Amino acid sequence: MKDEKIYGLMAEFVSPEAVVEAARRTYQAGYRKIDAYSPFPIEELSEAIGFHNNGVAPICLTGGLLGCIGGFMLQWWINTINYPVNIGGRPYNSWPAFIIVTFEMTILFGGLAAVAGMLMLNGLPQPYHPVFNVPQFSGVTRDRFFVLVFSTDPQYDPVETRRFLEGLSPHSIAEVPA
Amino acid sequence: MVQAIEVEPGENKAPVMASGHTFGSITDKVSAMVLTRPLTKGWIFGFAICFLILQWMLYAMCWLFFKGVGVWGVNIPIGWGFAIVNFVWWIGIGHAGTLISAILLLLRQSWRNSINRFAEAMTLFAVACAGMFPIFHLGRPWVFYWLFPYPNTMNYWPNFRSPLVWDVFAVSTYGTISLVFWFVGLIPDLATMRDHAEKKWIKTVYGMLALGWRNSTRHWSRYETAYLLLGGLATPLVLSVHTVVSFDFAIGIVPGWHTTIFPPYFVAGAIYSGFAMVLVLAIPIRKFYHLEDFITPRHLENSAMVMLATGWIVAYGYAFEAFMNWFGGDQYESYVRWNRIHGPYAPWYIALLMCNILIPQILWWRKVRLSNFWLFMISMDILIGMWLERFVIVVVSLHRDFLTSSFGMYYPTQFDWAIFIGTLGFFTACMFLFLRLLPAVPIFELRSLLPEAKAVEHE
Repeated sequence: MKDEKIYGLMAEFVSPEAVVEAARRTYQAGYRKIDAYSPFPIEELSEAIGFHNNGVAPICLTGGLLGCIGGFMLQWWINTINYPVNIGGRPYNSWPAFIIVTFEMTILFGGLAAVAGMLMLNGLPQPYHPVFNVPQFSGVTRDRFFVLVFSTDPQYDPVETRRFLEGLSPHSIAEVPA
Repeated sequence: MVQAIEVEPGENKAPVMASGHTFGSITDKVSAMVLTRPLTKGWIFGFAICFLILQWMLYAMCWLFFKGVGVWGVNIPIGWGFAIVNFVWWIGIGHAGTLISAILLLLRQSWRNSINRFAEAMTLFAVACAGMFPIFHLGRPWVFYWLFPYPNTMNYWPNFRSPLVWDVFAVSTYGTISLVFWFVGLIPDLATMRDHAEKKWIKTVYGMLALGWRNSTRHWSRYETAYLLLGGLATPLVLSVHTVVSFDFAIGIVPGWHTTIFPPYFVAGAIYSGFAMVLVLAIPIRKFYHLEDFITPRHLENSAMVMLATGWIVAYGYAFEAFMNWFGGDQYESYVRWNRIHGPYAPWYIALLMCNILIPQILWWRKVRLSNFWLFMISMDILIGMWLERFVIVVVSLHRDFLTSSFGMYYPTQFDWAIFIGTLGFFTACMFLFLRLLPAVPIFELRSLLPEAKAVEHE
């Protein structure tokens, strides 16, 4: 028990208003390595912990552009370089006929990139995570909201941080074992 | 006047969710459908029947593999027959699922949130049914991968100028994106199932599927962006898929096919039949799973209104098709019009007009839109009507084209029927399994519909 590492301190709340307020005050108090948990997406909550730029859109755009260019180039290369076939004197690079496959490839790669990017940035799949060690945490998929201060935060102090979180009038506070 | 401004439009409509629910009660009610609900006799009986029908299809498919497509009624001049009729019909049904999940997401229609999950599942299973037909129609289905461009020793490539190859790309992209969209929507709910399951092995299975989702607000933020982007990409995709399907016909020169009205008219018809299928599924599901709180009369009525609107677009398509046949002055096109009304398939065409245009007009009455029984019956009627439409487009156009010497008739065999009805069994068996194993209503989206959740957003 004495050598056990601590991942962070977790405070539990019972309403979306309370958790947004608590997250905002935690951020204002100078804590930066924090996270919040809610049973459904709350835009204000990610704003409150200072998370503004999630980075999914550029990945999706890159995927879409790759699909678009790759899809067209494949058809162009096949029909003009690799195996040109003269059908009734039509141009080899008959690009209007290639638009549909190009479009479908744009959508396919853009969509897959958006999802793969979202999972990658979120670090999923991740079979183990310390937060699941806290028994109350299973309430996060029901009706409970949480604010977590990581022990790696420069301001983190086992006593001080706990006192601060208690000041936010949470439903409960738990130490998260790593 | 002041009063009138304050009244929200649609205030007299039924709510999207019954009142009195909390975050917890929604979670419990939906997860209980899977986790604590015992196997009922009704479920076992229904699944068994569908499974038997599926076996009938497998028998017919074995015979088809063994003997070749000759076991079907297809022959020159009607080479397309039931396989393509069913393909177009099924893929059209899938479109409503994507419409609900993607287009209504972009339009911020909150009534989509309780029906989108099973509508997306419906899309997936419908696309799976649709995909079978062109593959089996290939004649040599075991080399279906020749349709994709891959380097091979034959130095062979697909013909990218052919609408049939466009179709391969459109349908496979559509299937993939629908699957991804559906799975991404499921991830947070799989985490809910993981946390609410009692048995260890059930927890493990849902836990693996949930990928370790923990409702972190950073994750939610990326999740919402990815979901919205997928919705934005799926919207043009769904419109393109039936457009490309209609190109299979419109690019050809067969009278009755070679027309520019096909893309919009096919897309509208797809949504028309898709919403009919949504209602055919939603009405029994809400009754047997007691989901009246989440699938309210509002959902049913809105779906009925979408059917009414798309039904009129389809009617416009029929009218304009007939007008252009006459106005174009082409004798073969004129003959198509005459042949549809007076030829050997006239009863099918008349039945199609009845099912798709005449009967659905009773949806103008609000009482009908609010009656489960009548909505169900009209939806079945539309499904039949849309199937007949595809039959008329495929068979009636092909059976008499330019030369009287190549006129013919199409008679479906027992194998045509077995595979068609078999896919219905496959589809419903998949729906039964889906309802049993996965949360059929998106739990986290319902939570965010509650007024308590809204209080934050308006702060």
